[in-house]
Amino acid sequence: MSDVLLSLKGLTKAYPGVVANDQVSFDIGVGEVHALLGENGAGKSTLVKMIYGLVKPDSGEMVLNGTPYAPAEPRAARADGIAMVFQHFSLFDALNVAENIALGMENPPPMRDLAARIRAVSETYGLPLDPYRTVGGLSAGERQRVEIIRCLLQDPKLLIMDEPTSVLTPQEVEILFETLRKLKSEGTSILYISHKLEEIRALCDHATILRLGKNVGECVPRDTSARDMAEMMVGTALKTPERSGRALGPVALSIKGLSVAAPSAFGTALKDVTLTVHQGEILGIGGVAGNGQDELLSVLSGEVLCAPGEVLLHGEAIGHLNPIRRRKLGVLAAPEERLGHAAAPDMSLTENALLTGSVREGLAQGGMINWGATRRFAQQVIEAFDVRTPGTENAARSLSGGNLQKFVIGREVLQDPDVLVVNQPTWGVDAAAAAAIRQALLDLAAKGAAVICISQDLDELMEISDNFAALNEGRLSAPRSAEGLSVDEIGLMMGGAHGMEVAHV
Amino acid sequence: MDLSAINPVQLIAFLMVAATPVLLAAIGELVVEKSGVLNLGVEGMMITGAIAGFAATVESGSPAVGFVAAAFAGALLSCLFVVLTQFALANQVASGLALTLFGLGLSALMGQTYVGVKPPATGKVDIPVLSDLPVVGPILFNHDLMVYFGIALVAATWAVLKYTRAGLILRAVGENHDAAHALGYKVVRIRILAILFGGACAGLGGAYISLIRVPQWTEGMTAGVGWIALALVVFASWKPWRALLGAYLFGGVTVVQLNLQAAGVAIPVEYLAMSPYLITIVVLVILSADKSSAPAALGRIFHASR
Repeated sequence: MSDVLLSLKGLTKAYPGVVANDQVSFDIGVGEVHALLGENGAGKSTLVKMIYGLVKPDSGEMVLNGTPYAPAEPRAARADGIAMVFQHFSLFDALNVAENIALGMENPPPMRDLAARIRAVSETYGLPLDPYRTVGGLSAGERQRVEIIRCLLQDPKLLIMDEPTSVLTPQEVEILFETLRKLKSEGTSILYISHKLEEIRALCDHATILRLGKNVGECVPRDTSARDMAEMMVGTALKTPERSGRALGPVALSIKGLSVAAPSAFGTALKDVTLTVHQGEILGIGGVAGNGQDELLSVLSGEVLCAPGEVLLHGEAIGHLNPIRRRKLGVLAAPEERLGHAAAPDMSLTENALLTGSVREGLAQGGMINWGATRRFAQQVIEAFDVRTPGTENAARSLSGGNLQKFVIGREVLQDPDVLVVNQPTWGVDAAAAAAIRQALLDLAAKGAAVICISQDLDELMEISDNFAALNEGRLSAPRSAEGLSVDEIGLMMGGAHGMEVAHV
Repeated sequence: MDLSAINPVQLIAFLMVAATPVLLAAIGELVVEKSGVLNLGVEGMMITGAIAGFAATVESGSPAVGFVAAAFAGALLSCLFVVLTQFALANQVASGLALTLFGLGLSALMGQTYVGVKPPATGKVDIPVLSDLPVVGPILFNHDLMVYFGIALVAATWAVLKYTRAGLILRAVGENHDAAHALGYKVVRIRILAILFGGACAGLGGAYISLIRVPQWTEGMTAGVGWIALALVVFASWKPWRALLGAYLFGGVTVVQLNLQAAGVAIPVEYLAMSPYLITIVVLVILSADKSSAPAALGRIFHASR
């Protein structure tokens, strides 16, 4: 571990109006798993893009194995033994696994040989994969395997992984870690980007923390608590959401044995879903993305209609009511996709506030819009949820993802719902803002509202929910009390490891 | 009405000739669309190729020179599309429509002095023994070089797309340009090459109409063949051999309806004239019902946001 593989010295990259990286320096040792930590917008992505040759630094230098290293393009970086697994997979849906892998290689062997090598590598590292399957039909976990195998086939010296576990079940994460540990034992260095601190503590030897583009500290994750690391990332003491003891009221909303066909070819059918949520309760629903989350939200919000009696609100049938009529009754929803589903990208925040708020806030009466009241409502959301924007007349698209998320959630919370359904409420939101959103959900429940929180962030669900259920292929598990639930149990509720096996170390 | 005047052997031989322009244009556009670019300017590039090829042949006396000039002219016009869509990042649909309108106007201007001129005839490939065979001879072995070139181009396109690395990269760029860019492929450069290839093919198709199919120059003589080529690519599900099938179907119905007109069938000429367009599209719609396999990035503007 004394040998340094890659050394970064004073890397700086500025974009118009923002310095993404400011004099960042650190070393990555041979056979070291190095974590790169930071909030959204801290400059992690820009930094790895410079290492991978996608972005050229304005100043500063890199030294790889003692020689200056300045990749002009990813091809050059790959030739020097740097491989990268992207956060958003850079795969081609219409092509098969082997073709996808061939595209990431400099001199791919003929298809048949390549397929054999893919099989060999995938077995060695416990990542089973059929080279001839079309990527479009693979699950998120399997797609990640494609990316990893694509990297491994080039015998990389440094493997960069950008948020690799966000799409995996806990069991899949454990298997991925086994693979990474095996790689490390073979002398491969890994640069691991994540904001999941417990994972970093379990896996990484060393961590560098970025804040606003600057290197603000290094630590050994094993000897540092997650809280300390989080505070280094944020720069201030972190407030954990307060969960006040609250009594559950009568049943607010219930679904019994509901089955809904998949709305599209790539959708998931809901199968025999039974769900009950009480007043004052937060029901957490976990599960790997694409297992029916969007469909469940549509059924609850009224985007997808069903027979009247299949969805009950305080015992009354509302299954046949459309979203506007449900809003009137107090059932509000904030879907996952911010641009285009939760908000209209090119409309201003005021207009977006009107779109969901008009019914309950009385913003449009007799068909005429009360712009003054609408603007005040938008302003109220912006202030209450610390949305960073110049004003209410800015387009939703112009906000960063995290800021828009705060607006979208705040808009629903402030409408005083009886039942609130949120999907991925803190997706892409930095730690401090995420804590604020969770606190808002807890406060809402404390006031007697029923909250259904669909999320892929298990820590979040454990933090706020009273009861926990998991979606797996459109089926909802029986809810269990969130208190004392172990990660293993959650993993099994989420459907286990989806056919993965542990690496043959 | 005298249907006996229709000779089936001649019919099939004519069919291949009638199909060649649309086939050439379609295979070019297929490559363009596989790279993720939608160029609706095929008609404009064809007619420009038609007049450029015609003029070059008349001036030089050699059809070979004419075809080369036509390919060059088609590619040159597609450069305009390249500048608009790949550098100025303009909307591809609007740019393509503009290209068609521009090409129609430009060709009319260029062709003013060539109306009524007769071009030198293009020679046929005469394979001594084979072309004398009964039935098979006239159908398969007695055509001009461009007919064979068209078929060879289909085969070559199919093989390149399916078996070579260049083809794989082209498909990848058309499927997900961001991912291709992330892997370090030159998205814009690959697309430019594809667009130029498409322009050259459309130019050849146009010249085939003005030099062989009709041989003469009239304004707007491509008469919507470029649009049929565009439809063909979509309904052929971006598969080269299916595009060939569609082109032959179009050519076949065209030849049959011309023969029926000549034979004096009691169907109004207008209905007969529209039949090739109608039948080709209906058949291909039915064929393409299995699954749509459009390149996922088709028509989307790529910008390497750094």
